[in-house]
Amino acid sequence: MGELNSKTIAQLREGFRAGEFTAREIAEAFNAAVAAGRELNAYTVETPELALAAADAADKAKASGELKPLSGIPLGIKDLFCTEGVDSTTGSKILAGFKPPYESTVSGNLKHAGAGMLGKLNMDEFAMGSSNETSAYGPVISPWRRNDGSNAALTPGGSSGGSAAAVAAGMAPGVTGTDTGGSIRQPAAFTGITGIKPTYGRCSRWGIVSFASSLDQAGPMARDVRDCAILLEAMAGFDPKDATSLNLPVPQWEAGLSSDLRGKTVGIPKEYRIDGVPDEINAIWDRGIEWLKDAGAEVVEISLPHTKYALPTYYIIAPAEASSNLARYDGVRYGLRESPPGGNLDAMYAATRAAGFGAEVKRRIMIGTYVLSAGFYDAYFTKAQKVRTLIKRDFAQAFERCDLILTPTAPSAAFGLGEKMSDPLAMYLNDVFAVPASLAGLPALSVPGGLDGQGLPLGLHLIGRELDEQGILNAGLAIEERAGFNHRPGNWWA
Amino acid sequence: MSVNANQVRHVAKLARIAMSDSEIEAMVPEFNNILGWVEQLGEVDTDGVEPLTAVIENQLRLRDDVVDDGNVRDAVLRNAPDAQHGFFAVPKVIE
Repeated sequence: MGELNSKTIAQLREGFRAGEFTAREIAEAFNAAVAAGRELNAYTVETPELALAAADAADKAKASGELKPLSGIPLGIKDLFCTEGVDSTTGSKILAGFKPPYESTVSGNLKHAGAGMLGKLNMDEFAMGSSNETSAYGPVISPWRRNDGSNAALTPGGSSGGSAAAVAAGMAPGVTGTDTGGSIRQPAAFTGITGIKPTYGRCSRWGIVSFASSLDQAGPMARDVRDCAILLEAMAGFDPKDATSLNLPVPQWEAGLSSDLRGKTVGIPKEYRIDGVPDEINAIWDRGIEWLKDAGAEVVEISLPHTKYALPTYYIIAPAEASSNLARYDGVRYGLRESPPGGNLDAMYAATRAAGFGAEVKRRIMIGTYVLSAGFYDAYFTKAQKVRTLIKRDFAQAFERCDLILTPTAPSAAFGLGEKMSDPLAMYLNDVFAVPASLAGLPALSVPGGLDGQGLPLGLHLIGRELDEQGILNAGLAIEERAGFNHRPGNWWA
Repeated sequence: MSVNANQVRHVAKLARIAMSDSEIEAMVPEFNNILGWVEQLGEVDTDGVEPLTAVIENQLRLRDDVVDDGNVRDAVLRNAPDAQHGFFAVPKVIE
């Protein structure tokens, strides 16, 4: 990994502004790393010319003193953000070749802030997966390997697996991700990086390919907490084009960073101590508790009684919303079309969707269609939305006693490719700690805590009150300073 | 509740996904596994609980009823698998 490739966004920003290197040098270093890392399959589209064009604009802006917040910083963009004129396939065959005539609000915000684009990042198809193995463009291979010498290919997590692998491998200093039920936080934990899902409504969903509209949120993934604060400030903001966008000013999260947690109370939910979770996960959790105490926080046990019902609730609501959202892929307006000879319009729809969607997407559309169908709607969908109310209430009651909540991010370290693909339910359990906060719309962050016995990263997960991104960023910073996590994967792919 | 092949076939039809008989057969146990698992929600007492509608409180906004976008027909059609005479084209619907 080159010298520039291992720097944080804050370091690149300072070095560029101080004249230690040019924006063009930064872009060239990352373009080279992207090309050298193709074996990881993190990028589905490479746009080195866009990275260079933004870099040249940044170098000019520096000369004329008109720098923007992200001038000189190239980023990777998850492939479900529509990017004008650049393929946006959301990991699916059904959108192969789709070149949006518009730019998503979030990626547009980053552009306007001066950032360049290195390319589009591989992901689980329609963000439905926890291992990046459902991508129609092949799985992403994690840059991390176990220390047992086996060199087994591991997952970087999902659905933002390409995003996570790119940051961990020095192929981007920062990236966008999206999180519907853990898709930023679990891959961040698996790859030893930091990622934050903000409060639902902070980032506009306009131009992001929809999966489950009441859950989808964009957020940044980067090397550390400060970089996440920098990126989130540029991504967030009110957008009249998204009816669920929050009309609130964007806080100055970077300027507000402080790892002094005196006066803060951290809740430890007893229901998150679940059977079958490896001891190492609970050990890193205990270490996290000590680190937060060391930073001045008080720690209390709390109860979130409906925790065990979060995953089944999610696996009704998310497929239901997906089945509605994905109805738009009909072979008429964009993407793939399959027309059986002599077939009518209905046959074209059915053939197009059969050929264009992968197995997991079909499974979820079918489950969603079923739980919304006449006679079953109340038993499944309405019931799940009622339980969701109770899950949200659990958090509200917990936050009467604490300011933020600490848990592990995922119930295991990264697993091997192919290990869980045959059992959908086993795969779903990956998000057991991440999903409750998604159902409640709360901000949540994953920060590296340490390595397990196999040399793989483990993440710690902070959940905040509505709109309190600052609280979890600050606690994340306190953990980061104490964990001293500076492990990087070996550079075996380049 | 469990489903059989005919019910899964019906769902596939509703979802407009063409599936062969063997695909339907393979999906029946998967479907029942997932449905069996989500049915644990039946244990939760939800009497008197309102279903959640907005996860974060927000107000629906209204905007002025004026045209503020449009005249982009060619951009709209650019990604169509088949566009003719300025329209999306599909297989014949009426004989």
